[in-house]
Amino acid sequence: MLGDFMVRAALAALGVALASGVLGCFVVWRRMAFFGDAVAHAAILGVALSLAFSASVFVGVLAVSLLMAVALWALEGRGLGQDALLAVLAYGALALGLVAAAVLPGGRVDLDAYLFGEVLTATRVDLVVIWAGAALVVAAVWWRWNALLTATLSPDLAHAAGIDPRREQMILTLMLAALVAVAIKVVGALLITAMLIIPAAAARHFARTPEAMAMIAVAFGALASLGGLWGAVLMDAPVGPSIIVASALIFAVARGTGRAVI
Amino acid sequence: MDGVELRYGGHAVLQDISLSVEAGEIVTIVGPNGSGKSTLLRVLIGALRPQSGRVLRDAALRIGYVPQKLQIDPTLPMTVRRFLDLPQRVDSSRAAHALETAGAGGLERRQMVDLSGGQFQRVLLARAILSEPNLLVLDEPTQGLDQPGSAAFYRQIEDVRDRLGCAILMVSHELHVVMSASDRVVCLNGHVCCEGTPEVVRAAPAYRELFGTGTGGALALYRHDHDHHHHDHDHAHEGHEC
Repeated sequence: MLGDFMVRAALAALGVALASGVLGCFVVWRRMAFFGDAVAHAAILGVALSLAFSASVFVGVLAVSLLMAVALWALEGRGLGQDALLAVLAYGALALGLVAAAVLPGGRVDLDAYLFGEVLTATRVDLVVIWAGAALVVAAVWWRWNALLTATLSPDLAHAAGIDPRREQMILTLMLAALVAVAIKVVGALLITAMLIIPAAAARHFARTPEAMAMIAVAFGALASLGGLWGAVLMDAPVGPSIIVASALIFAVARGTGRAVI
Repeated sequence: MDGVELRYGGHAVLQDISLSVEAGEIVTIVGPNGSGKSTLLRVLIGALRPQSGRVLRDAALRIGYVPQKLQIDPTLPMTVRRFLDLPQRVDSSRAAHALETAGAGGLERRQMVDLSGGQFQRVLLARAILSEPNLLVLDEPTQGLDQPGSAAFYRQIEDVRDRLGCAILMVSHELHVVMSASDRVVCLNGHVCCEGTPEVVRAAPAYRELFGTGTGGALALYRHDHDHHHHDHDHAHEGHEC
């Protein structure tokens, strides 16, 4: 059954939906949209460097995303995490990646697969990598759940309870980089933040607790993945953007039927 | 706290602060805006590290912290019951009991963002006492409450102290209401100006210099009415000069 490329694509997308649903809630609650964009866009630079040095794209993407994530974390600790600075880093990294891909040795590569995802070519190895990464992200967030929530509500509340909010933020930051490394195959660097934010934002309209929001976000992400895949094949459209279109449709319906919060 | 000093970019916010809280004691820190009150509490809970000086905590110290304000992002759904489970899960009977103690019984299923100011502060108080603290730290706990609301809240805090036997350290600028409930008052303005029982501080020249003398009458009124729950009306006459 795993021989069927459609089945592999569906499983890959579901793995990303699981991890991004859980992690995406924190991205929404902590207003880390630009933070996510900066880490995801840095991945393109990782792609360019890997191709230039004939290294594994996964390793290159993971390394550069981790570097960017830790750099952002450090900036935030110095009170420099403003919107504008994050935007400079996000678009600076993207543009640098695009230029690097064009001028570095290794030939001019077609970056479309990395910018918008190319899940229909997912191999069994890709599947293993995606599900291992997703499992790592979900396990880490689950393990720190209450501490992460406390730190998200108020850093002072966390301090008083003996929780280091900076440590908790570091965990989220690292998991964001891990998610980027596995999700780039499915939705591409440009749309990873959308995959994090849209299902979680849609889930907000039906959730009364943080846990419920995370579970509904995973369900919406899974629905969008399968719906987007189906729609893409039907219309011969790219899968990554189709999944995000499906997410946005779910958001619109959720906002229309639930309590309009976002 | 011993000789604590903290600067923000060259500007000393706290200078040579030495302060101690004994078990079961109610200590109130008063001071004008920008006098370092909140900063002092944040040093105490470990959110800020002073450049010099030491903070000594008893090995058995458990702090229950009620922050000045808590902005819950509207994207974060949070019922009162779920909030009480932070940072540690508690069973429902304990949660209900804490809400009762804090004067917020029966609010479990409400969303935090839907609570009134007074209910919200009481839920923060309930969460803080669930860790069975021996020191309750409150930062301007009645900010945003009206006069009757804050008077009622201070009575609630005294009630909590009587029930739990914990020490209380709080920061406030509502001198007239707060002082009579305190065993000790510390007047802060970057450094400790004066310190002592409410009567001693009220008579101290440093305190009068900071706050004027107009609050004395209101304090007397409050003490007089303490058992009658009428303060709401009386405070209309008090003359703040600070």
